[in-house]
Amino acid sequence: MVPATVAVLMLLVPLGALVIGTDLTDLWRQLGTDLLREALWLSVLTSTLAMLLCLLLGLPLAWLLARVSFRGRGIVRALVTVPLVLPPVVAGIALREAFGRTGLLGAPLLEQTGFSFPYTTYGVVLAHTFVSLPFVVIAIEGALRSVDTRVEQAAATLGASRWLTFRRVTAPLVLPGIAAGMVLGWARSLGEFGATITFNGNYPGTTQTMPTLIYVTRQSDRPAALALSLVMLAFSIGILLLLRERWLGPVGASA
Amino acid sequence: MSGLDVDLAVPDRVTAAFTADPGDVVAVIGPNGAGKSSLLSALSGLVPAQGTALLDGTDLLTQRVRDRRVGLVFQDQMLFPHLSALDNVAFGPRARGTGRGTARETARGWLDRLGIADLAARRPRQLSGGQAQRVAIARALVTDPALLLLDEPMSGLDVRVATALRLELAGHLAAYDGVTVLVTHDPIDALTVANRVLVLDGGRVLQYGSPAEVAHTPATGHVARLVGLNVLRAGDHWRAFDPHAVTVDLAAPSGSARNRWPGQVMSATPYGGVVRLVVRLAGDGPETGEDVLADVTPAAAAELGLTPGRPVWLSVKETSVRSYPAPAPA
Repeated sequence: MVPATVAVLMLLVPLGALVIGTDLTDLWRQLGTDLLREALWLSVLTSTLAMLLCLLLGLPLAWLLARVSFRGRGIVRALVTVPLVLPPVVAGIALREAFGRTGLLGAPLLEQTGFSFPYTTYGVVLAHTFVSLPFVVIAIEGALRSVDTRVEQAAATLGASRWLTFRRVTAPLVLPGIAAGMVLGWARSLGEFGATITFNGNYPGTTQTMPTLIYVTRQSDRPAALALSLVMLAFSIGILLLLRERWLGPVGASA
Repeated sequence: MSGLDVDLAVPDRVTAAFTADPGDVVAVIGPNGAGKSSLLSALSGLVPAQGTALLDGTDLLTQRVRDRRVGLVFQDQMLFPHLSALDNVAFGPRARGTGRGTARETARGWLDRLGIADLAARRPRQLSGGQAQRVAIARALVTDPALLLLDEPMSGLDVRVATALRLELAGHLAAYDGVTVLVTHDPIDALTVANRVLVLDGGRVLQYGSPAEVAHTPATGHVARLVGLNVLRAGDHWRAFDPHAVTVDLAAPSGSARNRWPGQVMSATPYGGVVRLVVRLAGDGPETGEDVLADVTPAAAAELGLTPGRPVWLSVKETSVRSYPAPAPA
């Protein structure tokens, strides 16, 4: 009982302190600043773009991992999960080595097109996608695995092509899993700090997202940093509420 | 040319050759692992197979699953859980290019024929087992297949529901002009719904004939037990006899020496108006270790104390034994 209580306190006390420490009368002034609005907008924009990119790339990969037996599938699955455990700063450094101005792919890209990822909003989306993709792939793969393949076989015997089967049968059945994966990926992007700041720096309007803004504000204006943090906390709880049926036990919903 | 002409092999699973005419209902029986499901999967295309399976002259094995004119009813239905009963049935016509309105109209007609038109709007999880199986049968028949495959359609249903559905199914199959292949472990299915019985064991066909032939001269002990008959092997012949032809005594009976065996009662269960004993044969004969069914009156069972563990003697009059050639051992 005691360790369990300590664990709950350990999780709740910092969040409570954050709420208590915030000067709520000052909150509205803090939230009204251009800097915050810009960072919040950029965070939402880049996280949403990253989420869509994750879906576009992650869904086919998840399908492949769940449904097609190929050589090295175990290795691919293991590799996909690496960013999950990789320290985000390391992810940022690695992204630089790949997509930086002098990077493995970044240098030829710069040479051919004059475009370079770092210090741009595209770079932020790239970093977000890198760290969020595993969440999306794993969530969707799990959902795909929970669909009995014999239901898909039934569709085939009724004359449905693979694509029609996916569209009319598999996709509707995994939709909740896809949605959960996207929300998870989105939340992971929203909180992304290490990889983003390492890869893209911290320029208001182009690469300064909420977490990086909080980080720099903390050094000059503690109350403002608290107010910004409270906004992020509210966002996080909002996401949790979106997912509560999946994680916190269904309320009258079927398992 | 019309009908089904199968000569196929699924490596390490089943090898089977048989033919069936349009309108035939072929019951496939055999123990677990005999290859029943593999045969069905090969015909539907869900597992690869070698050889040929001509359906109205077209080789199924060269066709993609979705191009085969085959309807498949799964043991546990495998209905689309997110679609209503109506849209489950309409799925096939839709997949084959029929417009939504026409497909639904056709589907409604089939639900009506199966007597479940009032359940059209329900999702599969709101259906009972029997209702869901009716939807699955409608879903398979709506695409007008030339071959209908049923994988243990009655298993998992409670007895009353299965009985009602069996009668209905027999009616629908009688009206169906394609070939039906029905995998079952229930002899009642095999003997009442089917007009051909295919006996599989160890991945090969041991017998293919009418239900009457198979019931009269079963080719395996498994089938004999399914139809409630005893068979014992004697050299290259089977010797078959009914459980009610078996006499049970506590002491060795006098008389004909040929058909008597010592044994031990393994179980005694009420069966219709009699008590059905399973007796494991003992002694030093070749039949030792075989289980024999014996039906006795409840009075005799009580009088002789025929409870599990009781040593007994069984005897059968030679006139009650049918002797026929056994197929070569698998």
